[in-house]
Amino acid sequence: MNGVHDMGGMDGFGKVEPEPNEPMFHSEWEARVLAMVRAMGAAGAFNIDTSRFYREALPPAVYLSSSYYRKWLLGLEDLLIDKGFVAAGEIAAGHATNPARPLKRGKFTVDDVERIMVRGKFARAAPAPAKFKPGDRVRARNIHPATHTRLPRYARGHVGVVERNHGCQVFPDSAATGSGENPQWLYTVVFDGAELWGADADPTLKISIDAFEPYLEAA
Amino acid sequence: MTDHDHDHHHHDHDHSELSETELRVRALETVLTEKGYVEPAALDAIIQAYETKIGPHNGARVVAKAWSDPAFRQALLADATKAVSTLGHVSRVGDHLVAVENTQRRHNMVVCTLCSCYPWEMLGLPPVWYKAAPYRSRAVKDPRGVLADFGVSLPRETEIRVWDSTAETRFLVLPMRPAGTEGWDERQLAELVTRDSMIGTGFPKTPGAPS
Repeated sequence: MNGVHDMGGMDGFGKVEPEPNEPMFHSEWEARVLAMVRAMGAAGAFNIDTSRFYREALPPAVYLSSSYYRKWLLGLEDLLIDKGFVAAGEIAAGHATNPARPLKRGKFTVDDVERIMVRGKFARAAPAPAKFKPGDRVRARNIHPATHTRLPRYARGHVGVVERNHGCQVFPDSAATGSGENPQWLYTVVFDGAELWGADADPTLKISIDAFEPYLEAA
Repeated sequence: MTDHDHDHHHHDHDHSELSETELRVRALETVLTEKGYVEPAALDAIIQAYETKIGPHNGARVVAKAWSDPAFRQALLADATKAVSTLGHVSRVGDHLVAVENTQRRHNMVVCTLCSCYPWEMLGLPPVWYKAAPYRSRAVKDPRGVLADFGVSLPRETEIRVWDSTAETRFLVLPMRPAGTEGWDERQLAELVTRDSMIGTGFPKTPGAPS
């Protein structure tokens, strides 16, 4: 979706402000939100792409004015309500009043913590040979899916060069909407600064994205 | 109500006041617990694991080894997931780690313009600035301006390569080894490796400079 989360190349957000000796969490609730998202995801309530989609789908003004973990909280609430795991009234009341909906992998317990500290694997068997190889010139397609995609707007319509083939992986655009993993080839594609930002771009700049095959066409 | 009661009430109120966000978080956790989806102790354990098991010390160890062991450096650049999987307690990075090397000719910088993708297992949870709009919007268009915000400048002719983490691939920058560290062992070298030097928004510490 063409949301405000897709902010590569936008102006006006000001300077980057690193915080010296930044703590891991700025409040205890941030840690609880992180833990709830990880636990409910691991229990099978949703996949990582769906959780990203729900954060992107927050109203633009809310997205831009909420802290990082506040966005995680709001996205998690919306997602759990939509999927029928909780009711809005239960969150408002602060107590469960409806029966639980079974989780794909069951209740998340202390015994499950170890497994979520290992990063997930996204590689899948290839359904077809790769269309592109390193060195190929490709154009990022001019597409505007209304749902989740990982093709940033700033790259669409522009020509770059395939640098690396990462193999076949879960396709986020499909996984986010519950339409299956639909594995696709994934490539690192490199663009010149001037191709993306015009003649005034920094001449020493190159930008790469990791692009799934359906995002690309031969150029 | 007497004055005393009033004061007491006020005192109590100040100490129990929770923000709207805190109340919502508590409410959600209570609901998830009562419905039998999660155990609060499991949430505690997740937080403890993040606080103790991951962090930039993992990435620093990898960088220090690459600086001291040419065969490991080669292996890391060829297949970072495989290379790191040989390193005992920092081995659990899972798939899709890519190491990119800074040289005199090229400086690498990592961003996630769409959200906050970051090599957690190597660097810990990302800092707020990495997840915030100023960095995400400008890194791909004006990386030298972003580096200036960090007090970092590069020679004008150095190529800047910005890696936008748009898939599940995670990038670790292998910074250049600082001069004056000849003969240093991996443990000493690791102390020079900063988090920002592995994102590409900073350099390693220089020997003898105040940390």
